[in-house]
Amino acid sequence: MASLDRVKVLVLGDSGVGKSSLVHLLCQNQVLGNPSWTVGCSVDVRVQDYKEGTPEEKTFYIELWDVGGSVGNASSVKSTRAVFYNSVNGIILVHDLTNKKSSQNLYRWSLEALNKDSSPTGVIISNGDYDREQFAENPVPLLLIGTKFDQIPENKRSEVLTRTAFLSEDFNAEEINLVTCFPLSLQMTGFTDRKRFNFKSLHYD
Amino acid sequence: MSFLVDSVIMFTSQVLFFGFGWLFFMRQLFKDYEVRHYVVQVVFSVTFAFSCTMFELIIFEILGALSSSSRYFHWKLNLYVILLVLIFVVPFYIGYFVVSNIRLLQRQRLLFACMVWFTFMYFFWKLGDPFPILSPKHGILSIEQLISRVGVIGVTLMALLSGFGAVNCPYTYMSYFLRNVTDSDILALERRLLQTMDMIVSKKKRIAMTRRQMYQRGEDQNKQTGFWGMIKSVTSTQTGSENLSLVQQEVDALEELSRQLFLETVDLQATKERIEYSKTFQGKYFNFLGYFFSIYCVWKIFMATINIVFDRVGKTDPVTRGIEITVNYLGIQFDVKFWSQHISFILVGIIIVTSIRGLLITLTKFFYAISSSKSSNVIVLVLAQIMGMYFVSSVLLMRMSMPLEYRSIVTEVLGELQFNFYHRWFDVIFLVSALSSILFLYLAHKQAPEKHMAL
Repeated sequence: MASLDRVKVLVLGDSGVGKSSLVHLLCQNQVLGNPSWTVGCSVDVRVQDYKEGTPEEKTFYIELWDVGGSVGNASSVKSTRAVFYNSVNGIILVHDLTNKKSSQNLYRWSLEALNKDSSPTGVIISNGDYDREQFAENPVPLLLIGTKFDQIPENKRSEVLTRTAFLSEDFNAEEINLVTCFPLSLQMTGFTDRKRFNFKSLHYD
Repeated sequence: MSFLVDSVIMFTSQVLFFGFGWLFFMRQLFKDYEVRHYVVQVVFSVTFAFSCTMFELIIFEILGALSSSSRYFHWKLNLYVILLVLIFVVPFYIGYFVVSNIRLLQRQRLLFACMVWFTFMYFFWKLGDPFPILSPKHGILSIEQLISRVGVIGVTLMALLSGFGAVNCPYTYMSYFLRNVTDSDILALERRLLQTMDMIVSKKKRIAMTRRQMYQRGEDQNKQTGFWGMIKSVTSTQTGSENLSLVQQEVDALEELSRQLFLETVDLQATKERIEYSKTFQGKYFNFLGYFFSIYCVWKIFMATINIVFDRVGKTDPVTRGIEITVNYLGIQFDVKFWSQHISFILVGIIIVTSIRGLLITLTKFFYAISSSKSSNVIVLVLAQIMGMYFVSSVLLMRMSMPLEYRSIVTEVLGELQFNFYHRWFDVIFLVSALSSILFLYLAHKQAPEKHMAL
């Protein structure tokens, strides 16, 4: 059991976008009935068969570190959160499709996480400004997930989708949009076999 | 003709205040959320605009700007609008948004919102009973009834906030109270936090692997049907699931521990930053201010106690008293009327500006601390309500700081309220709030180093 390789993935995003529900769904295969604010960091583990059915099949533990965004953004909180950002293999950025500000804040989140994890090539981040080239050379793969797709009224959906397409281009990331409805159950839009698609993009080789 | 000019001036200033409230809402309060209900924004800005207009009218009163009849008219108009907003509009919308958040009542939102509003009105009315705020010559549906109740709530809020603020201000400014935090303390805590996280991860891995194996085994055993098959499958996996629930409990306990460790680390980091800040020039300046404020706080508590014990209410305002003292004791002669107008203008202006600024900053802090994307609308409306009541009662209490000739307009407009009661009530609540803040801060301060040592 312990001999399986570990993969550490951060799940970042503003407070209330659905990170804990997402992590719970991926790991426990059931819906989180009573979501409450995440204080600090909550970890969950998923056993994943990589390249299932092929000769290179390998089983991994995927640790999803869900870093809570609700304690605030004071510099003391930021420096405490930084302890969670060590040796990260992948980052999932979650934003709420009904709330534009949560998408804009993703730049800040990704810079915070990547700053801590700067590669030896010396990615210099100056005064927090976002720069597309930094993301292009980034060795850590990013996945962009938008939640609460069904809460957007019909006529605004295409506008939201174009906006998020730009966002994922900026991050050089893959993008998935999720549906939530009462009670909070997540279904992917347009993808039937979710297990295989979801984690392929997290393993970079 | 002059009435028209005056009204235009008032209207432009109201539009300006409305714009300021709108900007404040967009830039400060709601900078992390997307505004979907413009009603909330409008209501907030309207409350802010009309509250500021009241202050503006006081200033005009002192300066003697605009004609006296138009001033009186605008006072009355403003008062009616503010009361309308504070008692009808804002509570109704609060009820509406609270009800919208509850899933069960979604469909009959309006009905339930009205019910909530009626409950609010009932309690609001009942609030007036234990207080001797009205003289018996008032009817039941007069404006004084409403103002008196609004005044009680507002004065309580003001006293609570100033009591806490008076104690908290020196506590935060002075570095005497800062705990000693070293880098190694923080590193040790962070290491413990990461260790706890690793333990959680390894236990969860066990759970996940066991569940996966059970699932795989369960598929093989699926062929067992019937009563005995069920019993067999239950007993064979019994030990597995017992183990699981034990490990799950351990995980829950560890997660609770990790949350506490996280919060403590945040606390220590914040203290360390404050220590660094206190070594800078600005920090030293604030430290110095802190000593002054602590003396001021002690003096205020002392005065409040004296007022209550000796049952005295100040008859003259500080401006006239100050001028009297200078004229009588120091023998300096100057034109009393001229100076009293200007000095009271400055004094009242300072009071107004600092109270608005202080309130907005406090509101922003509260909002950041407690709001989430679901409840942000409700919280903003509650804050608008508090702000309106606060401003109305500051007008009430400010009457004491103005010389006699300016008090008359406030007395005229607000009606025959028992103003002395409000001052007494303010003193009582201020005393209670200040003493309990001292107690609370003392306990929190004592408890923290012990927690820290025990690690």
